[in-house]
Order: sequence, then structure tokens, then C-alpha cells
Amino acid sequence: MKIGILALQGAFIEHKTMLERLGCGSFEIRKKEDVKAMDGLILPGGESTVMTKLLHELALYEPLSCMIRNGLPVFGTCAGLILLAKDVIGGKTCFGCMNITARRNAYGRQLGSFRTKGYMAGIGTIPMVFIRGPYIEHAGDRAEVLARVEGHIVAARQDNMLVVSFHPELMPDERLHSFFLDMAAKHRAEKTARAI
Amino acid sequence: MEQTRYELNKNLAQMLKGGVIMDVTTPEQAKIAEEAGACAVMALERIPADIRAAGGVSRMSDPKMIRGIQEAVSIPVMAKVRIGHFAEAQILQAIDIDYIDESEVLSPADDVYHIDKTKFDVPFVCGAKDLGEALRRIAEGASMIRTKGEPGTGDIVQAVRHMRKMNSEIRCLAGLAEDELFEAAKQMQVPLELVRYIHENAKLPVVNFAAGGVATPADAALMMQLGAEGVFVGSGIFKSGDPARRAAEIVKAVTNFSDAKILAALSEDLGEAMVGINEQEIEILMAERGK
Repeated sequence: MKIGILALQGAFIEHKTMLERLGCGSFEIRKKEDVKAMDGLILPGGESTVMTKLLHELALYEPLSCMIRNGLPVFGTCAGLILLAKDVIGGKTCFGCMNITARRNAYGRQLGSFRTKGYMAGIGTIPMVFIRGPYIEHAGDRAEVLARVEGHIVAARQDNMLVVSFHPELMPDERLHSFFLDMAAKHRAEKTARAI
Repeated sequence: MEQTRYELNKNLAQMLKGGVIMDVTTPEQAKIAEEAGACAVMALERIPADIRAAGGVSRMSDPKMIRGIQEAVSIPVMAKVRIGHFAEAQILQAIDIDYIDESEVLSPADDVYHIDKTKFDVPFVCGAKDLGEALRRIAEGASMIRTKGEPGTGDIVQAVRHMRKMNSEIRCLAGLAEDELFEAAKQMQVPLELVRYIHENAKLPVVNFAAGGVATPADAALMMQLGAEGVFVGSGIFKSGDPARRAAEIVKAVTNFSDAKILAALSEDLGEAMVGINEQEIEILMAERGK
């Protein structure tokens, strides 16, 4: 399996290291020539304003948007969540393909960043680190809420799209990435079955 | 400062990686920087080139001006304090700044001690010319390091020198035998535990950016290829002919720092770069402040 990681800005190397630990190959996407067949896509943490701008200017928006809409498993962490959200409070919509409303910098500035533990449906209790993170103000019809912290939605899934407002790539716990790799493996199997 | 807070502060620096942090002096400039793709802005009263030209004592900016910039943009806002001036740092923490730069660009307030950054919740970035300086700042609580370069000159030579020196010293420590680490720590005047960390990991325990003298997309690409994890641009942007355009192209150069074709395309027609001063022509070497 090969996972593409959007590597325009932010903490993409941390995702790459996590996938390596799980024995999964990955490649970085920095320009349109880097876009090739993949089993899953990771949208990392960083600044969503920077990534949104570069996605457009480096001609990555169209091909990636098309792949996501066609069912490619995608995992968005923090800024990645914002990129996928249909509506963004305090920011601009990027791909806008997930039925959620994201509130940017929902916990305030850096002094509001925190660590906690929380229950995530399908996984269990996991460490969660929020860095100037967003939360999901509202999850629409098809978006399934997977975790809440102090009443706010911090993880959700809609079909092929998995988003969390925290940073599993910064913690030693590998379960969330394994969960995403399972989504990618299932998608790959279905694709192969259809081809036969 | 509790350990969790320090980890969170190192984590924010990780989120800035692969990005460009731009010096701005007004909310309008901050907006231009954000729209051009800055991953954070550094709020300061005068950019380094003007500080150099004006001379005199240079201090922390007016908190009201910093607040104006915080309100103008959604990305992290950093601001500078004088070396050793912990009261300025307390003030910046009180206005909820995202990162403090304890900076040699301002006039040092203390010629012996840096700020004890472990006493703060807010994160600090500090400059370093070599590995010893970097590790001393980390021991004092810095959660991010940058080269010192020579701010306000538009001359990249010093940032290159600092980055090369740091990397060479890291490689050297990584290659030492276990029982040679004690002497290395003594020579460098840094804590043994940090020397051990470098020996085992062959990298700094915090994110390391390039700063000082970056004026073109090629300068940014050079620093990234030399191992910087991101770039600060000070006078290079708002002292140039077309700031918005130059800023945007430097951002793209940092993302695609090893693709010469892309770099060629975005280096075209950028207008006039900042004039710059050669290091031999400078009267004050700011990088010599605070070791």
C-alpha cells in the first residue's frame, strides 16, 4: 500500500514516520507531478491558509479534489480537517467535501493549546494533543461523530473521509493511523474486486 | 513551566515547519503576509534594516500595535523581546502572544543572562550561531531555534555560516564515542543530557529555522537545502519592490526547495530585491549579541 502525504507546509514528516513504524510506504506531494495512484491521502497539520493557497497555486487542488470526491480514503488532522470541511468559521473553505462546519483556532492562541485523553468510537481511549486546534461546530447528516472533548466534536467520519482536530502524529499511540490504514486497505480491496 | 507545556510549545514549532515567518510592522503588512502564505508573522515596530539604519536602543513593540496585528490575521503572531528582558516577555505573555523571539536584533537588556524561559508558559524561539549556543538556549527553555544570520543586511552569508557550523557540529557529536561526550559537554559549555540527545538522534531536540539575510526565493531554497526546517524573512520582503509577490514566491520556494525548474519560474520578474549591505560594511554585528 502507498499513502500520499500532502507536504506543502506543516508537520508532514511526523505522519511519514508514523506510517513507516506501521510498515506502510508513503510519498510526499509538493507539486502536481507528485500526484500518482495512491491508496490513501493524508492532509497534515500546519496552517490551513498556507496549504489552501499553495494547493491552488501549485495546481494540486483539482486532481486531489477529484480523487477525494471519487472515494479515495483521506485522513485530515487539524489543518487537514479544515481543508475538508464544507464550512469554515474564521477561515476559507478549501475542498469543502465533508459535511461539517469547522471552527478555526477554536481554543484560542498557543496558551490555549492542551493535551488530554478522550474516547474515540471504534478505537478506544487515546491521547489527544491540540495545537491551536479547531473543533467541529456542527456535523451534518452523513458525517458520523467519533469523539467529543468537553462537549465539542473533535473527530468525525463521512464515508472515505476521516478527520480529527488533534495530532495523533505527535503521539506514540499508533491506533488512529492503523484505523486509517484499514480504511485504505478496504478501499484497495474493493477497487481490485471491481476491476476483476 | 511543566513538561507538558514545553512539549506543546515544541509541537507548535513543528506545525510551522516548511513555512515562512515574515516580519511585519502594521496590520496591513500582516494581512499582505498572510495572503502571501506566511505560516506566522513577527510583529515588530521597525524591521531590522530600519533598526540598523536608525541606530539607538531598540525595544519590544507597543502591545497595542501587536494586538492590532493579532486582530488582523488568523495565523500565529510572534513578537520580539530584548535578550534577558524577562519583564518584556511577561508583558507579551500577558497579551497572549503565540511565540516570543528573544532576539539579538533588539538591543540586549542583559549582557550576561538570557531569560529563564522555563518560567514561562508561552514558547520562545532563540537565535544561535553554533551548536553550543543552540543547546544553551534549549537548556534555558527555548522550544525553537533559528540561525542568527545578520538581520537587516539582505546578505545570506552569515545564516549559511551558522547553519553549516551547527550541522557540522551535530555530525561531529553523533560520531563521538560514549565516553567522549563528557568532555564535549564541558568544551561546549552545555548540559550533558543535551549532548547525549544529539549523539543519539543526530539532530536538535527542537525545530530549527533559518533567519537573517534571506532576500530571494533562491536564498530560501539554499537554507532549506542546507537543512533549515523553515525560514524567517525580515527586511527582505517589505524592503523590496513588490512585497506581496516576493513573499508569495519565497513561500513556494520553501515548499519546493529542491526543484530547480520551479525555483527558476518563481524567481522571474520579482522586481527589485532589497539593496542589502555586505557584512564587511556593517558597524554592528548583531549576531555577536548574546552567546
